Amino acid sequence: MGEVRENRLGVTLCGVELDNPVIPASGTFGYGKEFAELYDINILGTFSFKGTTKDPRLGNPVPRIAEAASGMLNAVGLQNPGVDHVIAHELPEMKAFFHKPVMANVSGFSVDDYVYTCEKLDKEPQVGWLEVNVSCPNVHGGGMSFGTDPKAAAEVTRAVKAVTAKPVILKLSPNVTDIAEIAKACEAAGADGISLINTLLGMRIDLKTRKPILANTTGGLSGPAVFPVALRMVYQVVRAVSIPVVGMGGISSAEDVLEMMMAGAAAVEVGAANLVDPFACKKIIEELPAAMDKYGIKTLQELKG
Amino acid sequence: MKKGKYIITENTNLAAGIWKMVLAGDGTAVTAPGQFIDIKLDGRYLRRPISVHDADEGSITIIYKVLGHGTDDMTRYEPGKPLDVLAGCGNGFQTCGDGSLSQLRRPLLIGGGVGIPPLYLLAKKLIASGCLSQVVLGFNSAEDAFCIEEFRALGCTVNVASADGSLGTKGFVTDALPAADTYDCFYTCGPLPMLKALDKAIPAGIPGQFSFEERMGCGFGACMGCTIPVKGGYKRICKDGPVLAREEILWEK
Ligand SMILES: Cc1cc2nc3c(=O)[nH]c(=O)nc-3n(C[C@H](O)[C@H](O)[C@H](O)COP(=O)(O)OP(=O)(O)OC[C@H]3O[C@@H](n4cnc5c(N)ncnc54)[C@H](O)[C@@H]3O)c2cc1C
Ligand SMILES: Cc1cc2nc3c(=O)[nH]c(=O)nc-3n(C[C@H](O)[C@H](O)[C@H](O)COP(=O)(O)O)c2cc1C
Ligand code: FES
Repeated sequence: MGEVRENRLGVTLCGVELDNPVIPASGTFGYGKEFAELYDINILGTFSFKGTTKDPRLGNPVPRIAEAASGMLNAVGLQNPGVDHVIAHELPEMKAFFHKPVMANVSGFSVDDYVYTCEKLDKEPQVGWLEVNVSCPNVHGGGMSFGTDPKAAAEVTRAVKAVTAKPVILKLSPNVTDIAEIAKACEAAGADGISLINTLLGMRIDLKTRKPILANTTGGLSGPAVFPVALRMVYQVVRAVSIPVVGMGGISSAEDVLEMMMAGAAAVEVGAANLVDPFACKKIIEELPAAMDKYGIKTLQELKG
Repeated sequence: MKKGKYIITENTNLAAGIWKMVLAGDGTAVTAPGQFIDIKLDGRYLRRPISVHDADEGSITIIYKVLGHGTDDMTRYEPGKPLDVLAGCGNGFQTCGDGSLSQLRRPLLIGGGVGIPPLYLLAKKLIASGCLSQVVLGFNSAEDAFCIEEFRALGCTVNVASADGSLGTKGFVTDALPAADTYDCFYTCGPLPMLKALDKAIPAGIPGQFSFEERMGCGFGACMGCTIPVKGGYKRICKDGPVLAREEILWEK
């Protein structure tokens, strides 16, 4: 009735309020267009757009996709039109269908690349957060090497922080021995948040041809198969740093969201689930209140403890 | 593209390893011949893309070949089973009557194996718009041949080739092509080596549309899992394809 109630699903990410914690993950939501044709994507907390680099990239040869039990492998190789095109075309187009701050996912092959791209995106009012991907397993010579070495990850963090006033979230690779050490190095270098996990390096062989299915030989595993690994890593990172952590990896239901938040995630990203069901995030958001009721959760904020 | 629930009304074996499935549900989601549907199977993570063989207001028909685990599972699906389907995926063939092809009234349709199904709805549309359609169908052998009579029943002239010579011309579709002056455009779907051979065999001046297959993550343009380079850029087979115009295709890998 007259009583003003706090939004039960509301969370805060690096000082920016989100209506709910559900964020489609980079690379599984393009620049939003394909989904905006299907539902009003303003119901999302926000979304993380396709990994964007300094120069346009065609990505890897096909096949880029292989199936796994409860998951998939991808070796897209960061196909994107380049930051200048994103600023000139994708962001203006996005204005028509998405009215919230968007998360800009950035990749690079050198510290200078990251700086170039982040500096440009820093000037875009639509961008709420920079999610700096130091973890892509599908490209040679860059990407993941930054994410597997604490010093390199810290160097990227420091360089990017110097050119932007926006919150910087470092996206980490699970393909490391000690995830907490890397997260701590990023925090010490000034990161405002951490997101994880990117995909786990894997491969499949075609029994008929006896050759790898992916043209790139290896690719990144994601989907429900990786959820327990992701949950464990988020749990470890949350306990190692005091900045917010965005949890992802295999989330496909409202209950997965709650479990990830119980591990300490401030918000969650949903990746592969969007590909299998384009309405996955909408469904998760709609099912959250009932799932919260079921487990006696009044507000998502209370899970932060 | 629309997501919907479809109910299996028929699932029958047509030829060796070839099955036909009829789905009751919104057929209007299919807006052009050559589009595909993307089916969620029980216990398999990714959807399976299968071409639309036929569609009307209340149904969609597909023809599938048992290739791996998913298509093998499908053979055991019984009528009455509901399926979660993305329907009307991809661009589909551009038919006589639309834009640039409006003057071309003598199309040739060439299909190989399970590349044949999407040509059926195409042939129906072409014939309805008054085009004289010739069809060439290629199989491995008489055992796995299907749909020949269905194309004849539409009023098409049908040439058949089989690799082992057990049906029609011995050889490939390229061995059964009609004279080049009897058609003014062509449409084709089939295995990649067949598509390449056709591009070589058919005189360069004749416009053609080729339907491609690629492994897919999403099937609706979101993941960049199916992108290939074309002249002047790149295209997602699932959204900007699966049909590409002859002049934009880069054949070299
Ligand atoms: C646009 C399009 C239209 C198609 N139309 C038809 C059709 O009308 N009839 C038909 O029989 N087949 C068709 N196919 C091929 C069909 O999608 C595959 O045969 C099927 O996905 C194999 O699944 P599976 O589980 O049996 O094989 P598995 O090898 O077990 O499948 C594992 C994974 O690989 C994928 N995959 C394997 N082979 C192919 C392939 N050739 N193309 C794409 N993905 C593949 C599967 O989708 C799945 O994700 C089409 C493919 C595309 C891209
Ligand atoms: C097809 C595909 C493309 C991806 N592209 C990117 C990317 O460009 N940048 C990035 O940071 N992560 C990318 N990822 C990783 C996801 O954002 C996410 O970290 C990972 O898939 C784990 O989540 P999930 O199990 O929910 O998919 C991609 C994942 C997939 C499946
Ligand atoms: S399969 Fe995802 S873009 Fe084509």
